[in-house]
Amino acid sequence: MNPANSSPKTHDVTLVEAVNLALHRAMADDERVVLLGEDIATNGGVFRATVGLKDSFGFKRVMDTPLAENLIAGTAIGMATQGLKPVAEFQFLGFIYAGMEQIVSHASRMRNRTRGRLHCPVVFRAPFGGGIHAPEHHSESTEALFAHIPGLRVVIPSSPRRAYGLLLAAIRDPDPVIFLEPKRIYRAVTQRVVDDGEALPLDTCFTLREGEDVTLITWGACVQETLQAAESLSGQGVSCEVIDVATISPLDRETLLCSVAKTGRAVIIHEACRNGGVGAEIAASIAEGAFLDLQAPVVRVTGYDTVMPYYRNEQYYLPQTDDIVRAVEQVIAL
Amino acid sequence: MKEIHEFRVDRTRYLDDRGAPLGELPPQAGDAGRVLAAYRNMVLARTFDAKAIALQRTGKCGTYPSVLGHETVGTAIGQSLAGTDIFVPYYRDQATHILRGVTLAELLLYWGGDERGSAWKNCPHDLPVSVPIATQCCHAAGVASAVKIRGEARAVVCTLGDGATSKGDFLESINLAGAWHLPLVFVVINNQWAISTPRAIQTGAETIAQKAISAGIPGHIVDGNDYFAAVEALDGAVERARAGKGATVIEAVTYRLGDHTTADDATRYRTAEELKQAWERDGVKRLQNWLHSNGYWNPEKEQVLQADCKATVEQAVQEYLATEAEPPTAMLDYLFDTLPVALQAQREQLADKYRGGEA
Repeated sequence: MNPANSSPKTHDVTLVEAVNLALHRAMADDERVVLLGEDIATNGGVFRATVGLKDSFGFKRVMDTPLAENLIAGTAIGMATQGLKPVAEFQFLGFIYAGMEQIVSHASRMRNRTRGRLHCPVVFRAPFGGGIHAPEHHSESTEALFAHIPGLRVVIPSSPRRAYGLLLAAIRDPDPVIFLEPKRIYRAVTQRVVDDGEALPLDTCFTLREGEDVTLITWGACVQETLQAAESLSGQGVSCEVIDVATISPLDRETLLCSVAKTGRAVIIHEACRNGGVGAEIAASIAEGAFLDLQAPVVRVTGYDTVMPYYRNEQYYLPQTDDIVRAVEQVIAL
Repeated sequence: MKEIHEFRVDRTRYLDDRGAPLGELPPQAGDAGRVLAAYRNMVLARTFDAKAIALQRTGKCGTYPSVLGHETVGTAIGQSLAGTDIFVPYYRDQATHILRGVTLAELLLYWGGDERGSAWKNCPHDLPVSVPIATQCCHAAGVASAVKIRGEARAVVCTLGDGATSKGDFLESINLAGAWHLPLVFVVINNQWAISTPRAIQTGAETIAQKAISAGIPGHIVDGNDYFAAVEALDGAVERARAGKGATVIEAVTYRLGDHTTADDATRYRTAEELKQAWERDGVKRLQNWLHSNGYWNPEKEQVLQADCKATVEQAVQEYLATEAEPPTAMLDYLFDTLPVALQAQREQLADKYRGGEA
């Protein structure tokens, strides 16, 4: 992982390994980057996202904290105000809430309230989403809570390459980023990633598949089912454009609106419950910006407005490929 | 049964309520220049405070938290810190801010509803006022971690009130300060009242300082209205932090002589008799008496100082009142380093509305 190597190494990696690769790269490139969290140093993190980093960079830069999420969030903010670039890991998104006051009342507004005197370049990383048979509180998708807060970026990668490039971008960004990692696909896909230190843009959706008939808008683990649905629908002669939103906030409305203007139809797919979800903001943006291009109402395929069920029933909560296919058939029929 | 730990909390006081020495004073009493500077700062903070309240009462300042009664410990904190040290305040630290180089006009701008009031030019690394109770304790732990990671000989001082010690933020932060051996001093300004909640029902612990013991760091109590006790404790704890010897909790016992803020009415929950007794222990008068009896002070000097402070405050008020509000678009301009594309349309909309309002 030496950045001084003349030609960048390529690695066949999973999403969680790509996170690890990006952390190695960011720490080697910039000594201001430090990591903190529970069980991240010696243990390498409960998902092994930080494995090897303590050996490469030492306990001074890879810190096991006491078990207190509020403290992790606030300590990271304090470090950031003094010129460090902390990357704080929360073991699961379901445990970040103790740190919400710090994130909402301080991280998001440090730059604004000091008129730029201090700023807060922190990355708050957390695995999120269902589908891994985890205990309760380990499976929710609450990205909308953070997308609602001005001053935060919310970024969700859905492939190893985007995990690498977006995490590098998040760490280099001078402002706070909530970086949510879809743990259901932490190890589902392997991709070849060039460890060249190239970041991806933080304010652009990724069009994964071009199509003419309908725009499928999604992010996180649902990208997998959405791509499967698009493939299946192409067999029926329906041409789907698939967009991975990836940068949930601030939202790249332009890419979404251009696509919907072309296809005239939109289906939004997300794991989170529907009420007040990010899908609602996207649907409203389409209504405001592309209403006259629409040939059918915007449809959402989402989790239900209830507590995430324990894992025996989680597959009934999570959007499945068939649910997406049926929703597309519905809007195409109109 | 075997006793494996016993703890000790000390309490320091050098002057009686009237400023007479109770015994031998600490070496700090020998530095007349510094003691006189402390007294001047206390009077300036008190003069500023009265003016800020008057401005609020006449609609020229927003809701404001009086520093009345805290001038002594606030001044001791400010004097103990070097410019390279870092101050992490709560919201009743005016006496310290002045010594850090925050201008009176900046303080007025902040409480007068203008974000530029936290763009402190003279202490760029200090954290801004923290309104959400105790949250600054975690920042202080992070600031001190940054200092330690870089191996710098700097101290971090964090203030909080007695109510804040009930929050996890404080307990989590002292815990980290102990575990990581941080160069950090927590000063709990125990002014007996968290709005209307008295100290006695914040905790069943006999003292707040003893909470430090649970974190593996020393806890000391000082009379927060006794300049010599406060400054000696601060000097020692700050030097200990700078030298890499670890964190300290200081419980400075004082009294909030004013309302919680200009929106509060303390007569609803505490007696006139209690307030009268608290005034008899006032730290400013106490130090003035000590200066008098040691030949450093007289009524003429007091008169000159009062006039100087009034003039300084008046000048700051004029500067504050003459500062035009920022254009409304400023509300978007400092949210991110660079305004995201997603927000550009909203900024244009706001700019148009603003121009429309001017026409």
